[in-house]
Amino acid sequence: MKVLMKGNEAFAEAAVRAGCRYFFGYPITPQSEVPHYLAKRLPEVGGVFLQAESEVAAINMVYGAAAAGARVMTSSSGPGISLMQEGISYLAGAELPAVIVNIMRGGPGLGNIAPTQADYFQAVKGGGHGDYRVIVLAPANVGEIFTLMEKAFDLADKYRMPVMVLGDGILGQVMEPVELPPLKEVNPPPKPWAATGKIERNDKTRRIINSLYIVPEENEKHLEQQFAKYRQIEESEPLHENFLVEDAQIILVSFGTMARIAKSVVLKVRERGIKAGLIRPITLWPFPKKAFTAASIPAAKKILTVEMNGGQMVEDVRLAVNGRIEVDFFGRTGGMVPESNQIMEKVLAIAREVE
Amino acid sequence: MFKRPALLTEKNFHYCPGCHHGIMHRLLAEVLEEFNPEETVGISSVGCSVFIYDYLDIDWVAAAHGRAPAVATGVKRVKPDRLVFTYQGDGDLAAIGTGEIVHAAARGEKITAIFINNAVYGMTGGQMAPTTLTGQKTTTTPEGRNPSQQGYPVKMVEMLSVLDGVAYAARVALNTPKRILDAKKALRKAFKVQRANLGFSIVEVLSACPTNWGVSPVEALKWVDEKMIAYYPLGEYKTPQEGVE
Ligand SMILES: Cc1ncc(C[n+]2csc(CCOP(=O)(O)OP(=O)(O)O)c2C)c(N)n1
Ligand code: SF4
Ligand SMILES: [Mg+2]
Repeated sequence: MKVLMKGNEAFAEAAVRAGCRYFFGYPITPQSEVPHYLAKRLPEVGGVFLQAESEVAAINMVYGAAAAGARVMTSSSGPGISLMQEGISYLAGAELPAVIVNIMRGGPGLGNIAPTQADYFQAVKGGGHGDYRVIVLAPANVGEIFTLMEKAFDLADKYRMPVMVLGDGILGQVMEPVELPPLKEVNPPPKPWAATGKIERNDKTRRIINSLYIVPEENEKHLEQQFAKYRQIEESEPLHENFLVEDAQIILVSFGTMARIAKSVVLKVRERGIKAGLIRPITLWPFPKKAFTAASIPAAKKILTVEMNGGQMVEDVRLAVNGRIEVDFFGRTGGMVPESNQIMEKVLAIAREVE
Repeated sequence: MFKRPALLTEKNFHYCPGCHHGIMHRLLAEVLEEFNPEETVGISSVGCSVFIYDYLDIDWVAAAHGRAPAVATGVKRVKPDRLVFTYQGDGDLAAIGTGEIVHAAARGEKITAIFINNAVYGMTGGQMAPTTLTGQKTTTTPEGRNPSQQGYPVKMVEMLSVLDGVAYAARVALNTPKRILDAKKALRKAFKVQRANLGFSIVEVLSACPTNWGVSPVEALKWVDEKMIAYYPLGEYKTPQEGVE
């Protein structure tokens, strides 16, 4: 059965279906429907919704709930995500699974509440202190929110680390028909490491959830273990969508809702006989580097990265092609969305160049 | 002097001579043994007591500086049957973590805060704390705390006791044997209040830091009397009407 659902509500319902029973957050536009929905929904399933006094408190409540073994999430936007960075760093340091929904808005500072992708760097390159990574997933439509939220909780538990699901104001606000996945029983993996009180363990050994490694050699060892995990993630978890890339001479690269506009541009220029295609990274970290090998895009002559920012993911695209192909950029920022005719002009100009 | 509580590990305390963190750890161990330590989760904080998890043989979650009450909230909401407490210094609880402690208290979060007020930042080198006394010299108030510049010391249990979510608030000291016994009673009561689901409980402990006060351990005991108790009166600021004797 298809139902009409707003993006933000989908994040919330998807979390419940993924077995999340705890939400801690602080109000901020444009993600408000996430807490509105969960305030009603979580008590229905025996969960807890708690409005914290700040994002600082919220992420630390998430840390506590994750430490006690729960599937737990928060959601926020720009300024709130900035305040959560210390807590995200602690989650990474203590190897705790948690899901953070980030519906980006215009910045820096108070910026505005219009849709942007200006927090790609913050999400993907860290933002908190220390040598750590966060898995970042970027859905492009309401249906994909469901699959990626489930994946987010699974990956968080599997690798014991924070996972961010990154959207923008368009995705949060858009109403789309979705086929609700069937309700299924969720069985998160056992968490014998959780600090639940010794009483929950037969051997009565104790658990300490901590990120303090005062001896540098021990901290390095701990981080090397994290990096081994990160390498495994980079090997097995990258996801992307290819759209008409096989014969494409011009490859557009976009993520999230921006990719939907880029896709429409690909179709329009194809009508004019221009061989364009689109790569849409779905995992932003790990970045889907293999989508950019010579074998993956055999006909490519030029790449155009299109983003709702001043040029952020384009750096990862350039790293992925490593100078093999020229990578151009088109973007608008501050809450302005690149229009399809603007992108099209850019593609047409590139087409004349590569002829 | 006393027999070692079973809940204390073999590890020797790293505290300076005359530091009251050690006495408080022992009291905590003794009181927790009266409850069920296996049902207890402690939330440690950042300060001189950052390694408390090495000393008390229970489950621990180590919180970021100031955030222990939020972390405790997360643990307690997931495991409402557990005894959950925070152990925080005055910089941790009354400066950087003011928001978290006030709102955990206001929500009536069923947790217990153990608040070590030693009037300085011990761990980072004796800087001024929000609780530093008027005139007290610290590394960041070399001429003594001057209210016209640095304002006045914060009285946390007085402030918190006016909140409806707070079921028990007391201030104790550890500078005489009688006061140590009173401190133990207060701690016991705070945990009973939590067990009875009556709300938030807090025990503020006036605690000696001879190192950063620049006095001997013996002088520090006098300093607690003459300086600290004079400004921070001992006693129960809030007790539940019923449910806990
Ligand atoms: C965000 C952050 N800021 C600063 C510090 C540095 N820091 C560590 S402990 C501490 C003060 C501790 O003082 P207090 O809470 O009074 O504990 P005490 O050492 O006196 O027992 C500070 C400022 C930190 N760890 N994290
Ligand atoms: S510096 Fe002060 S609080 Fe820290 S261990 Fe020494 S005496 Fe105790
Ligand atoms: Mg202190």
